[in-house]
Amino acid sequence: MSVAHMSAHEREERETHEQRALGFWLYLMGDAVIFALLFATYAIMIPGTAGGPTGKELFDLDNAAIETALLLVSSMTFGFASLQVRAGNRGAVLLWLAITFVLGAAFVFLEVREFAGMIARGAGPDRSGFLSAFFTLVGTHGVHVTMGLIWIVVLGAQVALKGLTLPVASRLYRLGLFWHFLDIAWVGIFSIVYLPGLL
Amino acid sequence: MFGKLTIEALPFYSPIAAGGAAVTVGGALLVAIVLTWLKAWKYLWTDWLTSVDHKRIGIMYVVLALIMLLRGFVDALMMRAQQAMALNSGGYLPPEHFDQIFSSHGTIMIFFMAMPFMTGLMNVIVPLQIGTRDVAFPWLNAVSLWLSAAGAALVMVSLVIGKFSTAGWTGYPPYSGIEYNPGVGVDYWIWAILISGVGSTMSGINFIVTILKRRAPGMTLMRMTPFVWTALVASVLMAFAFPAITVACGLLALDRLAGMHFFTNAHGGNMMNYVNLFWIWGHPEVYILILPAFGIFSEVVSTFSRKRLFGYESLVYATAAIGILSFTVWLHHFFTMGSSANVNAFFGVMTMIIAVPTGVKVFNWLLTMYRGRIEFHPSMMWSIGFIVTFVIGGMTGVLLAIPPADFLMHNTTFLVAHFHNMIIPGVLFGYLAGYMYWFPKAFGFAFHRGWGLGAFWCWIIGFYLAFMPLYLLGLKGMPRRMETYNDPTWQPYLLVAASGAAVVLCGIGCMVMQLYVSIRDRAKTRDLTGDPFDGRTLEWSTSSPPPPYNFAVIPTVSDREAFLEMKEKGIAWRRPAAYEPIRIPSNTPIGVILGAFGFVLGFAMVWHIWWLVVASGVVMFAAVIVRSSNDEQEFTMSAAEVKAIEDQRYRLLGSRS
Repeated sequence: MSVAHMSAHEREERETHEQRALGFWLYLMGDAVIFALLFATYAIMIPGTAGGPTGKELFDLDNAAIETALLLVSSMTFGFASLQVRAGNRGAVLLWLAITFVLGAAFVFLEVREFAGMIARGAGPDRSGFLSAFFTLVGTHGVHVTMGLIWIVVLGAQVALKGLTLPVASRLYRLGLFWHFLDIAWVGIFSIVYLPGLL
Repeated sequence: MFGKLTIEALPFYSPIAAGGAAVTVGGALLVAIVLTWLKAWKYLWTDWLTSVDHKRIGIMYVVLALIMLLRGFVDALMMRAQQAMALNSGGYLPPEHFDQIFSSHGTIMIFFMAMPFMTGLMNVIVPLQIGTRDVAFPWLNAVSLWLSAAGAALVMVSLVIGKFSTAGWTGYPPYSGIEYNPGVGVDYWIWAILISGVGSTMSGINFIVTILKRRAPGMTLMRMTPFVWTALVASVLMAFAFPAITVACGLLALDRLAGMHFFTNAHGGNMMNYVNLFWIWGHPEVYILILPAFGIFSEVVSTFSRKRLFGYESLVYATAAIGILSFTVWLHHFFTMGSSANVNAFFGVMTMIIAVPTGVKVFNWLLTMYRGRIEFHPSMMWSIGFIVTFVIGGMTGVLLAIPPADFLMHNTTFLVAHFHNMIIPGVLFGYLAGYMYWFPKAFGFAFHRGWGLGAFWCWIIGFYLAFMPLYLLGLKGMPRRMETYNDPTWQPYLLVAASGAAVVLCGIGCMVMQLYVSIRDRAKTRDLTGDPFDGRTLEWSTSSPPPPYNFAVIPTVSDREAFLEMKEKGIAWRRPAAYEPIRIPSNTPIGVILGAFGFVLGFAMVWHIWWLVVASGVVMFAAVIVRSSNDEQEFTMSAAEVKAIEDQRYRLLGSRS
């Protein structure tokens, strides 16, 4: 294989990863449409409590604040992982991914605990239209975070086994987009679900 | 163990349902027997089912669409027969069965006929027209195909095991909710749509990236063919409108499975929200289907008028304008829901405005034909038939866009006639024009013209006979979806409509004959040049069928009609000095596996077989992780292999007289 051809191949590979990045952006925008419609559905269903508990009675600002902090910090630690990818520092990438994973897992744990507590108080998703919308909106975000956690594990394994090759780095880039996107969605949830619900 | 699934689910309760099941099972068995007899299983698996080649994926999409067209058309025939005979009687179909038939007819024709037909044509042609070797994400493309097939399979299986939805193709709650529809029908509908919808969203993303990032050098946006432009706008709509139906159906599924109250009557549910969510997808969907057809008409009219398309820029801007406006008209599907007069007026006005860019296109086509040397190829006939018929449908649409008029016509057969008047000429005629236009490109031999013309005349005469009476019936006040009626003045119209369906049946017969005769005579009608119609765009510059890599050397483009320019400059078909090795994506069974387990997942959700839901979900997840961790997804075809294929091609080119 000639050198000239190698570089053509490499150029092709770079183009491939650029296309994947654009494709992933488009996927995220489609996902944003899903969240937008769930937000709209939630907004119109706030009055639909059917005599059941309202947000004011159910939401706990401390819990939501801790969740917010965990997720925002995890976004920052993922950013550190991305910087280490660029520096080619495999061990540091794994370390920051692990920290991100722990923060994300703590977030999911708090959310599951909040959901379980609400269900135990008889305020499950089948109680009222309002609670259906709440559980679905916040739960959809939680499912996304869980998917992100699995993805961190898969890519962590790839970093460990394959190193920071071009394909692995490009996958980490897309995971980063996904993880930061979930932050943005959460900021929406915090400001549209929890804050107005409590104020 | 088997959830709600018992032996009772088999359709022995009614001879007609059992007959439908027998035809479905018999058809599948017959195909299996023929494949075994031809010893074609291995060939089918290695060359087709596991293929990631966009041309083969496209052909498989079109095959799926044609099969589902037959199924959807049988539903239509049954409805027309029922209404023709059901004056003061029950006809031959019980109400519940009639309801299943109109529900499956709409669901199939939109999701499993029109969508795969469009995606199939885009797959075969878009990469060729932009001068690239494949789509941006070849194996995702295969996944999209097999998820669509999984959804179609769910609809077909509902004929044999259980029943299909009776809630119409739109599945409005609360009727589609668990309270009024405790059976499995609505669940079949939901999961067929959710699974195939994921495939469509990914197709949209795939084609946006393909068109934006993989065009041949020199092909600026304003040098793209009209079909590529319409495919791009339709892909944008697919990527951003399909999430809405995912939400609508997903929330309906949560209501039905988890006892939630999004759309229920009580407990704070809001069923009108469903209608909004559904049509936020549903109206862009109309344009997802129709824009690529507009692109096909533009290609066909230009080629067979031997003229450059008139007003290319205006057509591009009109396409983009329709793409944007399509998100601002959804409420016209439910003016009677009770929004305020101002809201209705806004959406009524927007609906009328969207007719303007559509009108622009009609003039594009007319003025392209004006003083052209028109050749009446079947594709051209579909296009001319479309223009005349579509304008009638457009005018009845503007009539329905006036909210007070809509209050009178809502849910009558006038509406049924209107949207069939848009979708049959606008969408189906367009796809059939594309199918007959590009058939020689895809297969390398001619498509019989006589049977194609026969199909056209039967379809268009049948269309007028079947739907013009429905306009009149709607004005006389006949509601849609009537299983029985007692107004004797309606029956003559319904008899004419039924005769129209019979004429369309002849058209479908012509299509079958066209395939049979063309395949039988293929040795005599081979397309040696790859350019049977003196084409103007890049897809005609390569051989028919194109080689796996499409273009041995990626063409450089300096005009909108790239291939015509090459022919005029005398540089078409010029041999390059040397060939280079080409990277080609390797086949993979993961697409079929995801489709198969997607089907199992949907089936298990319908019947509440929870262990199977978990198992198939885990398999799909694992398959995606395995595939996406794989770095070597391509193989290299050596320069010598490319040269061998190209030598063959130039021998054929030389042998033409």
